[in-house]
Amino acid sequence: MNGPQDLGGQMGFGPVAPEKDEPYFHAEWEKRALGVTLCAGAMGAWNIDESRHARESLHPADYYGSSYYQIWIKALETLLKRHGFVSERDLAAGEAVDAAATPKRVLKAENVPAVLAKGGPCDRPVATAPRFKAGDHVRTRNFNPTGHTRLPRYARGKEGTIEAVHDGFVFPDSNAHGQGENPQWVYTVVFDGAEIWGDGTDPTLTVSIDAWESYLEPA
Amino acid sequence: MSHDHDHDNELDPFAARVRALETILTRKGLIDPAAIDVIVDTYETKIGPRNGARVVAKAWNDPAYADWLKRDATAAIESLSYTGRQGEHMQAVFNTEGTHNLVVCTLCSCYPWSVLGLPPVWYKAPPYRSRAVIDPRGVLDEFGLTLPAETKIRVWDSTAELRYLVVPLRPRGTDGWSEEQLADLVSRDAMIGTAQARQPA
Repeated sequence: MNGPQDLGGQMGFGPVAPEKDEPYFHAEWEKRALGVTLCAGAMGAWNIDESRHARESLHPADYYGSSYYQIWIKALETLLKRHGFVSERDLAAGEAVDAAATPKRVLKAENVPAVLAKGGPCDRPVATAPRFKAGDHVRTRNFNPTGHTRLPRYARGKEGTIEAVHDGFVFPDSNAHGQGENPQWVYTVVFDGAEIWGDGTDPTLTVSIDAWESYLEPA
Repeated sequence: MSHDHDHDNELDPFAARVRALETILTRKGLIDPAAIDVIVDTYETKIGPRNGARVVAKAWNDPAYADWLKRDATAAIESLSYTGRQGEHMQAVFNTEGTHNLVVCTLCSCYPWSVLGLPPVWYKAPPYRSRAVIDPRGVLDEFGLTLPAETKIRVWDSTAELRYLVVPLRPRGTDGWSEEQLADLVSRDAMIGTAQARQPA
């Protein structure tokens, strides 16, 4: 979706302002926000793509007005409600009022090291051979889906070169919406800066994205 | 109130909102609050940029390892026991005299947790995510890094599940240094691409 998350090339946000010796957390609640989000995800009711889509579906004013952990928590409340784990009444009361759906699993403290060490690999076998090979010239598709996609607006309808063919990966555009993993080949596609940004672009700039096969067509 | 929460502002509505959510989920038996403690401890004390610095230092000292890292970063990094969440599929990109690499996630906050730990706030915030792809030199200037005008800049937008680790150039004057000494020269920012490796003192 053309949402607030799609930031590449947007202007007006000001300087980057790195913080010297930045701590991992700026408040105690941020620690709990990280942990609650990971524990809730471990229930297995949604996948990372649905969770990213919940975050980018915040109203743009809300998204830009929120810190990153605030975005996580707001999206988490949406996911928990969608999947029947908390209700509006729970949230309004600030305590457990209604019964919850049954999770696939509950992450216990003793299992955390193993779960974090395993992660959630997203590579999957793909039945067909890759359509493209390194060196091929491709054009990214121009589309504007209302659902989740990982093709940024700045890289749509642009000509680039396949630099690497990776594994098959879960397709976020369907997986975010409960429509299956539908794995596709993923490619690193590199663009000249000027192809993307046009007049006045730094001639030394190249930009790459990692693109699922259906984002691409031969150029 | 436990000591852990001494620094919370009890009137901060967002802190209250997170605490309420944790309470609701705990009462319903959906989460284990002790699991949260373990997660936080893991990312505060166990998994951080020191992991990535050791990968870089080993690549500097061991050409065979550097070659492996180039070909199959996931396996080469796993051989040092750095694995797991947000590091499942790794790619290492090597700076050269002519090309500088910079990593961003314009769409969210993708970052190689297994080797760099949790991302800094600026990496997740709109100024960096919006400008790294269109004005990388301007961004680097704000980090105090001014590259020669002829140096090529390659920006990697982490739009899929590959996570990128920049291998900076080895500083001159470090011949014969041990991997531990070399790792001290490798900052988090150098492995994102917003800095170079530190020069030896």
